[in-house]
Amino acid sequence: MSEQPEARITTYREAVREAIREALMKDERVFLMGEDVGHYGGCYAVSKGLLAEFGPERIRDTPLSESAFVGAGIGAALGGMRPIVEVMTVNFSLLALDQILNNAATLLHMSGGQFNVPLVIRMATGAGKQLAAQHAHSLEGWYAHIPGIRVLSPATIEDARGMLWSALLNPDPVIIFENNTLYNLEGELPADAGAVDIDRARVLRHGEALTIITYSASLHKSLEAAERLALEGIEAEVIDLRTLRPLDDATYLASIAKTHRALIVDEGWRSGSISAEISARIMEQAFYDLDLPVSRLCSAEVPIPYAKHLEDAAIPQVDSIMAEARRMVRHG
Amino acid sequence: MKTESRKDKLQRMLRMMILIRRLEEKSAELYSATKIRGFLHLYNGEEGVAVGVMETLTPEDAVVATYREHGQALAKGIGAGAIMAEMFGKQEGCSRGRGGSMHLFDAATRFYGGNAIVGGGLPLSVGLALADKMQGKSRVTCCFFGDGAVAEGEFHESMNLASLWKLPVLFLCENNLYAMGTSIRYTQAVQELAAKGAGYGVPSAAVDGMDILAVEEAARIAAEHVRGGNGPYFLECRTYRLRPHSMFDTEQYRTRDEVEEWKKRDPIDLFIQRIKDEGIWDEAEYVAMESDVAEEIKAAVAFAEAGTMEPVEDLTRFVYAEGGRP
Repeated sequence: MSEQPEARITTYREAVREAIREALMKDERVFLMGEDVGHYGGCYAVSKGLLAEFGPERIRDTPLSESAFVGAGIGAALGGMRPIVEVMTVNFSLLALDQILNNAATLLHMSGGQFNVPLVIRMATGAGKQLAAQHAHSLEGWYAHIPGIRVLSPATIEDARGMLWSALLNPDPVIIFENNTLYNLEGELPADAGAVDIDRARVLRHGEALTIITYSASLHKSLEAAERLALEGIEAEVIDLRTLRPLDDATYLASIAKTHRALIVDEGWRSGSISAEISARIMEQAFYDLDLPVSRLCSAEVPIPYAKHLEDAAIPQVDSIMAEARRMVRHG
Repeated sequence: MKTESRKDKLQRMLRMMILIRRLEEKSAELYSATKIRGFLHLYNGEEGVAVGVMETLTPEDAVVATYREHGQALAKGIGAGAIMAEMFGKQEGCSRGRGGSMHLFDAATRFYGGNAIVGGGLPLSVGLALADKMQGKSRVTCCFFGDGAVAEGEFHESMNLASLWKLPVLFLCENNLYAMGTSIRYTQAVQELAAKGAGYGVPSAAVDGMDILAVEEAARIAAEHVRGGNGPYFLECRTYRLRPHSMFDTEQYRTRDEVEEWKKRDPIDLFIQRIKDEGIWDEAEYVAMESDVAEEIKAAVAFAEAGTMEPVEDLTRFVYAEGGRP
């Protein structure tokens, strides 16, 4: 008699920590560095306890020098290590953008294929905690603009647990965006959870009425909207993109061929966003499958404000997703 | 082990300086002939720095350089043919024609570019040194950068981090007094760059970059300090660029007299005089050397001319690694 290993309840934060811990145990080339990852235990408490377990050689507190420690991660990767670099938030990562774009994403090409950069960068992203306009943006779409890197957006506990190891197995620079509103998310994790596929999007809810394409924290809002829409007789299909570069076109195109309606929910700014890219691809590849134009719910084009009611209004919410889905279904 | 005689060593160093000078002269000529395009930054006048420093490094040591890196590349061991072919945009070039003059790379000699973002190579060198330290390898990473880079945050962040973690980085500043076309007196509050090391607890020194033997001596002290596990070292080599910044520079920012004054301290001329002073100069051998270098440059150009263009179908290769985990 074969017994399934028991699933257990854990949090997104615990899942990321377990993933880092497993990587440190499995591969001696792996180490973690970043601001406050050691003695403080991580700004979001992700690396709590790891310094005591693995020591200061492998859990490295860095000075507030984003450019230097991200660049050092690139150099260490070139030198044979497998660094995990934590940048406290996506807004701070702009201080390291030179290193990420001009070195990490570019060295392999400039060197004619000689120097690949097996580096993993993790950073927090997203609005919803009243952190205002320098801590709460969703710039994943910006990073997804850059050839030479992979952009991952784990929205589920399973992906929080599995994507890190998959990223470390990748020979190229990978950026993992962890939405700060998800760290306390609770959910089931199979006891044998491990590396996951990082090439494909995933259909998390099946439906025939419309396709909702989303990622990160908006996934959970979209799933909740879909459950409530179902009570009204509208069955939405919900797709978690998971990887923003390279985009898995096939999964959402197959869904649109069935539903004929596409709604993209994206916490990034609307202009020049990943949702704009997806919309263009749908237009290019599935124009005649559509019953009505592609629709997008994005962040308002404003720096994220502090006041709760304004912050809520700035990004897609369950109600706005439901309203747009209803409009689209009624329309055609 | 056969030890190299003083005469042989100085001749070898002189030959490398002359090889660099002739490569640069030929590059300028081929730029005018439109064989080489893009930005081209020549090293004339600074040869003593690359050659002097490289005397103190081993083949296992890594070099991170700037966009003015033909000299370092040659001295580290990349062939003149591979460099010339790179500038011609041929796939036989050391970066397959993907990089050009500013982005020479070579895994075999541990040459990590050719970085054209001022200061951009500094964090990289810290990481290479970190990897060596964590893996127990006693190698040196030598990072070349200019006086312009000292104004960048990446210089200060990298000096601090390397010192904090006692990493084996030789920070090698080539101070040629101009950040492109702006004199250091308009950009640095403290123009004695070597003084900046103190703030980070990094032992530092400044040396006359036009005197190759002085550079070698200073670099040897620096490299031994770094190799001995004592953390980074900051060496400032005071030098001068005898040609314009790039091929588009009309040199409005400095006088002809200033350049002429510096030409009197041309590092190759100074070195030849030094060899003569030591009484080991051999005119016939020098003539033979020049002719030998000319042949090498000629062969490099022929190699580049004969090189092939990468098929356009390969355009999007080398954006992501080909094959599995390295």
